[in-house]
Amino acid sequence: MEKFETLQGIAAPMPLVNIDTDMIIPKVFLKSIQRTGFGKNLFDEMRYNRDGTEIEDFVLNKPQYREASILVAGDNFGCGSSREHAPWAIADFGIKCVISTSFADIFFNNCFKNGILPIVLPQEQVDLLMKDAEKGANARMTVDLEAQEITSSDGDVIPFEVDPFKKHCLINGLDDIGLTMEKVDSIDAFEAKASAARPWV
Amino acid sequence: MSPKTLYDKIWDAHVAHESEDGTCLLYIDRHLVHEVTSPQAFEGLRMTGRTVRAPEKTIAVPDHNVPTTAGRDDPAQMTEESRIQVQALDTNAREFGVHYYPVSDVRQGIVHIVGPEQGWTLPGMTVVCGDSHTATHGAFGALAHGIGTSEVEHVLATQTLIQKKSLNMKVEITGKLKPGVTAKDITLAVIGETGTAGGTGYVIEYCGEAIRDLSMEGRMTVCNMAIEGGARAGLIAPDETTFNYVKGRPHAPKAGAYEQALEYWQTLYTDEGAHFDKVVTLKGEDIQPVVTWGTSPEDVLPITGVVPSPEDFEGGKVEAARRSIEYMGLTPGQKLTDIEIDTVFIGSCTNGRIEDFRAVAEVVKGKKIKDGMRAMIVPGSGLVRAQAEEEGLADIFREAGFEWRLAGCSMCLAMNPDQLSEGERCAATSNRNFEGRQGYKGRTHLVSPAMAAAAALTGKLTDIRELM
Repeated sequence: MEKFETLQGIAAPMPLVNIDTDMIIPKVFLKSIQRTGFGKNLFDEMRYNRDGTEIEDFVLNKPQYREASILVAGDNFGCGSSREHAPWAIADFGIKCVISTSFADIFFNNCFKNGILPIVLPQEQVDLLMKDAEKGANARMTVDLEAQEITSSDGDVIPFEVDPFKKHCLINGLDDIGLTMEKVDSIDAFEAKASAARPWV
Repeated sequence: MSPKTLYDKIWDAHVAHESEDGTCLLYIDRHLVHEVTSPQAFEGLRMTGRTVRAPEKTIAVPDHNVPTTAGRDDPAQMTEESRIQVQALDTNAREFGVHYYPVSDVRQGIVHIVGPEQGWTLPGMTVVCGDSHTATHGAFGALAHGIGTSEVEHVLATQTLIQKKSLNMKVEITGKLKPGVTAKDITLAVIGETGTAGGTGYVIEYCGEAIRDLSMEGRMTVCNMAIEGGARAGLIAPDETTFNYVKGRPHAPKAGAYEQALEYWQTLYTDEGAHFDKVVTLKGEDIQPVVTWGTSPEDVLPITGVVPSPEDFEGGKVEAARRSIEYMGLTPGQKLTDIEIDTVFIGSCTNGRIEDFRAVAEVVKGKKIKDGMRAMIVPGSGLVRAQAEEEGLADIFREAGFEWRLAGCSMCLAMNPDQLSEGERCAATSNRNFEGRQGYKGRTHLVSPAMAAAAALTGKLTDIRELM
């Protein structure tokens, strides 16, 4: 997994609440058996007309946001299905950080497995960053994961919380499975104990 | 020892390793797999030379893509991409040696219907699947939730999941339900109350007399939509209803082992005085038959209501409601019972079980669906279909004008050929009314099976109580 250290880039504003995973990547694009190539269909139904032409006023189609690497979004971002195709599409587009007041649980976990940092902040701070993002391409934000700080284009510094283990994995680009395999003795021991206690499982 | 919730007990019984910061390896008892979210995970195993740690605890079944029309063994019924996905599952299941129900097997169906039906899902277990509606299995007092594909790979390789414990939330439904009110109305009413993010960070335990009174089918409907309320999982403590359902299922413990299991299952309840971080209480008698008007499952109103106005809401929901109303082609103030329907979809992991079909048959028996109505009933499994045939329900459906389909996810998420066309409006027993969910620019109203049946007859969203 790609390491996440400090990200400086353009933030795109998407204030709509309850942006669900069907919006992020509609099911017609879930039929691939690969993990890559979903970026062109990110937000497909909001981003393109039926004939494939772009919908001009969709945020990521505007010239100033086409290179966005940060998304500032409305509450409950990523609700709905467990499809990891959603973070795959976001990462493939080039967005490495999503900021909102809350995320759906499965989406939130899926982000960390794909080098994306989801940041939860109180409403006032999301509002401030949303305004900053609305300024366009000249307003570049900085997200420093090590320091757990976002710096707005005006120099406002906003601290954020992140789970220490998830932070460690993201900064070092670690593969979860490899880490868990190091604890295989614990799993073996648990399995032996559990199968004695609950043999029907 | 301090009193524990049901969630605390199941959690504690499955922690294989705990780090200092509270990050745990949670052992997984059952891993369900379908064709859409697993190919990349199996490919990951191949690329790293890893194997499936516990193939005997892993169950694979294709459901999302499969056509539900006769002759579906003909590959021409699937698009090239769907066929590749279904074939990939077939190859992976056989190569890695996991339990497998192919399309040709009568037991094939929606993964969340097949698991309980075959006795794979048992009280006190941890159950995961690369599908958010894994919450369904919580009806058995199993800790069950959806995971992403990276986590699918993690479970395949290690039989564990890296987790931190969620908070405890209690949703109590007191008293009795009124006639015409079902498990679907309960679960939608709860989401209407809490919002789609109300359960974020929590595992919900549903309890109270109205929950106790539900059959296993009804309990599965309630837990199925816990995810729609944002919760990691929904749980219902097992009781005699649960034990009676489980007993004798193909993979449930047999004589001898059953008694030992039962003794353990009977300890699976929330202790008196256990702490809940959040409590929501609804009176069963206050719940009415409900319907969704918008594009979020929280957009719930009693069928007697009217389409709201964006100004009825606050904050970000104002814009979301404006967008929903426009997408749904509705007018604020319009009576919900005046909304005309052209499609009815009855099925899904929410409402694709035998009890749901009995409820539909009761409403449509001896009647005809409205002229021009496209109405389909899609059983949740081949065995549900067989049982409905045997009980004579299928004849009732056919005579009323319904299409009686083969098992699969079908129009719940429209990955197979069953889709809404632009502007079509559907009364659906499924779980999501998101934009485009049932087809590009399709419009979905979530309802109970009985309400869907009523809409098929009248051509409008209909208060089931008026047909009773």
